[in-house]
Amino acid sequence: MEAALGLMRRIPPKHSVTALSALVSLLPDHSSDLLSQVDQPLQVLCDSESGKEFILCEYNRDADSYRSPWSNKYHPPLGDALLPSDELRKLEVEANEVFAIYRDQYYEGGISSVYLWEDNNEGFVACFLIKKDGARTAHGRRGYLQEGLWEAIHVIEVGPEDETTRYCLTSTVMLSLTTDKESSGTFNLSGSIRRQMRMDLPLADGHLCNMGKMIEEMEGKLRNSLDQVYFGKTKEMVCTLRPPSEVVMRLPTS
Amino acid sequence: MAEEECELSDEQKKEIAKWFLYNAPSGEIQYIAKDLRSVLNDDKLYDEATSEAFPLYNKSHLICLELPCRSGDVLITPYNELEENQFIEPRTAQIVTIDHVKQACTEARPAADEELASPYVEEFRCALDAEILKYVEEAYPKGVCSVYFVDGKDAEGPGCNFEFAVVIAAARNSPKNFCNGSWRSVWNIKFKEDALEIKGKLQVDAHYFEEGNVQLDAEQECQDGTIFQAPDDCAISIANIIRHHEAEYLKSLETSYSNLSDKTFKDLRRKLPVTRTLFPWHNTLQFSLTRDIQKELGIGK
Repeated sequence: MEAALGLMRRIPPKHSVTALSALVSLLPDHSSDLLSQVDQPLQVLCDSESGKEFILCEYNRDADSYRSPWSNKYHPPLGDALLPSDELRKLEVEANEVFAIYRDQYYEGGISSVYLWEDNNEGFVACFLIKKDGARTAHGRRGYLQEGLWEAIHVIEVGPEDETTRYCLTSTVMLSLTTDKESSGTFNLSGSIRRQMRMDLPLADGHLCNMGKMIEEMEGKLRNSLDQVYFGKTKEMVCTLRPPSEVVMRLPTS
Repeated sequence: MAEEECELSDEQKKEIAKWFLYNAPSGEIQYIAKDLRSVLNDDKLYDEATSEAFPLYNKSHLICLELPCRSGDVLITPYNELEENQFIEPRTAQIVTIDHVKQACTEARPAADEELASPYVEEFRCALDAEILKYVEEAYPKGVCSVYFVDGKDAEGPGCNFEFAVVIAAARNSPKNFCNGSWRSVWNIKFKEDALEIKGKLQVDAHYFEEGNVQLDAEQECQDGTIFQAPDDCAISIANIIRHHEAEYLKSLETSYSNLSDKTFKDLRRKLPVTRTLFPWHNTLQFSLTRDIQKELGIGK
């Protein structure tokens, strides 16, 4: 199983869907572990009632149906399915509304969904998802990307309410961008990173505010990390392989 | 991949294994092989898959192996392959036998005259090789190169066409720093009666994987041409064309990177909202205030 995860870490991100299904067919006994530990591109369905789209994940799935955060109904319809409690559903509705505005401010488009459900420890778990397709043909406003996908999955475990409440956040960002410049051929940067954050916060501002701030801080850090560290390191590698001509000319000829 | 079937046939498993090996990033096939061996749990299948996949990977990645007796290096490419395990090294006029899976040379012998190019063609090849070697030593800290005859190696004199492949490869493997990368360029030069047709394919890839997995995959094709001259003049001309295109490509890669943070990446996620402040989460205490936020941020929904 560790070897399987090792393979997933090395295979180019653009092949991750094929790689995961290959591993699942090679190791059918480990399929549920693999599916839960390896992140896959996010799928989307349209809620027939509201006409809005919602993101599919393990956290809004029951059997083969998925629950829409807008109508709270399963697609395709499912009798006797898991639903959050009324109180949690109220918070979930508000979370979806506010998160949609947050999403619009930072992503200028895209789709978001939030799912809440009770867990066994008197607390609850929240999953915030964002999918942004920034390609020129989709939501990309500036037209630089031929293909561009940002997918964020934030899972927060919220502890029982006390003087301070514990929030454990695990965030994963999956990214793929292909620039569109006829003259330079293809240029594709893809990858995924995952980080965790834990905070104990008072309830004065409410759960949504606490979770929202954590997610905003985390997304900012991940974006910077991707930009400076990951893209920076790959650029550094390219310039190490073949230094730009200005550097070369300064080297003493031996 | 058929997920509905409960059990895969050996043939299907082998194809999957070969797919993983072939798609390994530069310098990482041995690590992938090790993990794959665990996952497959079938040494016979593993051996079959590796013996079929390694040759394809090696030739595609233009790997560089040390010659026996440390007499130099040999590149493994589709252009200098004589038989599956035999490759010609024209600079030292040797034929090398290699073990693809071990990625090492097992033996070397001098090449026979019939295996080399005719003196007429060799004069051009040798002059070009010398110029390219000079260029690569100057431009690439750890580059390796060679010039192979691809067609018409027995051409006797002017009027006969022949073709070379110039191969340049540079790899940087730092698994301890979680970073691997490679540069591969292949230039096809067709020598015709009065002109040279030049076609190049440049490929760069880089992989950084500390607590994540990010990969760069870039490639570019280009074309150029020049007139047919004496061997030394042709060589200088060709080397200059290659130098020019490769430098231009590097510049365009740098431009792509510098646009990344400011422009390109913004199409995915901005650093901050247009308001240049963080999101006002504290205004979410009551549902009705959501409408206030919308007013505050000036969006109509």
